[in-house]
Amino acid sequence: MSAYSITEPSRRAKLVAGVLVCLYAFITLLPLLWIISTGFKSGPDSISYPPKVIFEPSLEGYVNLFTTRTRIAPEALAELPPPETFYDKIVRERDMVIAGPSRFGERFMNSVIIGFGSTFLSIFLGTLAAYAFSRFKVPLKDDLLFFILSTRMMPPIAVAIPIFLMYRELGLSDTHLGMILLYTGVNISLAVWLLKGFIDEIPREYEEAALIDGYTRFQAFRKVVLPQAATGIASTAIFCLIFAWNEYAFAVLLTSGTAQTAPPFIPTIIGVGGQDWPAVAAGATIFLLPVMIFTILLRKHLLRGITFGAVRK
Amino acid sequence: MTDTPITRLARATPPNVAARVRGLSDRTIAWLFVAPTIFLLLAINIFPLIWTIRLSFTNFAANKPNAEVKWVGLRNYERILTDDGIWANMQNTAHFLIWTIALQVVIGFALAWLINRKFKGNDLLTTLIVIPMMLSPAVVGNFWTFLYQPQIGLFNYAVEFFTGTPANSFSMLGSVTLAPWAIIIVDTWMWTPFVMLICLAGLRSIPDYIYEAAEIDRASKWRQFWTITVPMVLPFLMLAVLFRGIENFKMFDLVVQLTGGGPGNETLLASIDLKREAFEKWRTGYSSAYAIILFVTVFGLASIYVKALNKVKER
Repeated sequence: MSAYSITEPSRRAKLVAGVLVCLYAFITLLPLLWIISTGFKSGPDSISYPPKVIFEPSLEGYVNLFTTRTRIAPEALAELPPPETFYDKIVRERDMVIAGPSRFGERFMNSVIIGFGSTFLSIFLGTLAAYAFSRFKVPLKDDLLFFILSTRMMPPIAVAIPIFLMYRELGLSDTHLGMILLYTGVNISLAVWLLKGFIDEIPREYEEAALIDGYTRFQAFRKVVLPQAATGIASTAIFCLIFAWNEYAFAVLLTSGTAQTAPPFIPTIIGVGGQDWPAVAAGATIFLLPVMIFTILLRKHLLRGITFGAVRK
Repeated sequence: MTDTPITRLARATPPNVAARVRGLSDRTIAWLFVAPTIFLLLAINIFPLIWTIRLSFTNFAANKPNAEVKWVGLRNYERILTDDGIWANMQNTAHFLIWTIALQVVIGFALAWLINRKFKGNDLLTTLIVIPMMLSPAVVGNFWTFLYQPQIGLFNYAVEFFTGTPANSFSMLGSVTLAPWAIIIVDTWMWTPFVMLICLAGLRSIPDYIYEAAEIDRASKWRQFWTITVPMVLPFLMLAVLFRGIENFKMFDLVVQLTGGGPGNETLLASIDLKREAFEKWRTGYSSAYAIILFVTVFGLASIYVKALNKVKER
């Protein structure tokens, strides 16, 4: 390492760059900070003008997100026994009582089931296919990237038309299985492509040594290749998971009840006279926060997936 | 050897079967590994495409499955290509596409260029900047409608704060002139990090010795930028533009949540219009033809573009 490099930017250049990038980061994160803070505002605070930066935190948004409520007359409210829990108390302050749980929990669980289900399936099938593409002569091999790109050119709505008809015939509309298969079908070509890149980097000599030691191909795959590819598999999995987690177009067209995921559900959270913004923000926070944390923790592994593997590292 | 059911089974199995399972030929393994993926791709990608092509020549309506389906030849295509409304949507889409790409390229490249100066903490800042693009466009788009509220929205407040224009005097999503810009702003906010990441990969791929040589030749910083930095990053930048172009041509989730195509039809992009035709008016045959036309358009444009990209790469 040289002590002085003529290509190293000057300290002032670095300082200017740092300040400008910080400024951009602040502006770009402001809407997200606003989502999180709105989730902790009371109804009136959320729609006050000028927008409130400092406010008294309230769990009203979260309570409204998870419950359905009915308004009752103040006289009837006065006759009720005192509220037992904090959420009862919050709701009573608005002259309402809790009627039951909302659908948010269910929708969130659907997102979890479909997200993880399709990720598991994509990775399971994708790893097998990627290994075959990487190590054997398989037809279609050279067309793989072209194939991924061309399937991505089809607008999701265009794909949804025949899928909608097909699922209606097969009884897969609005089912978890149907959505898992669909997301797997969308993700798998990219997953194979990324995984092939990772497996290509594992030297063939490792397996050949194992084969000479008396392992079968299958054993060599399981005991030599899989552990070596673990990092690649994990980063591909994150990418598949984020796609399935965020997907909206198929979800809104092909699911309506039992299998509906959170993205089509959150925008439909309505309060009295329009959207209940603290509740929407609370739902958005619960839904987005895992992805934010994932992104920060796993930043080094995400780039390949983002760029279709076109840019290595 | 312990006598477990498995070992007993192993002993009972005729040796030739065991040999066959043990020594699955490479060819068999290859097929066994690839087959499920191929099947899924056929079922979810190829078969629907063929079905769409077939439907596009009929007057089929998905909400009337029992009605007689008539073969109408190319009439659906003819009607779409001569429809003024669809040309208007194509113009909306083009406006959206050109401006989002232009803004994202300029801001994304500038950010990458600044981050590449390797100041302290650039790693953490890069990660923070990337966050918006990892989030669900529908959920985020929905929340942006709150930021754009004329009376109470943070965006309008910021505009008032910096320019003095009263916050309640304009509505980003309600005004015919502003709505196309409202969706461009949110898309740029969301996807600039993508262009930035690819540019950053490009900048980092330039070896230091090229700059050192230029420095020894006393080339000015300005000249270095235009003769080294820009040409070497260009292939990366063009790749970013390709991905963004394809994605934004089929833009649906973000804009449907922001404006739903309105006000009027000012932000009606091709995909949103397609959704209306297919799932609200239930003109399945017609919208299949529409889908095929969109697909062919992207495919054609992307193919020409990739040719140009390869030429740049060869230089």
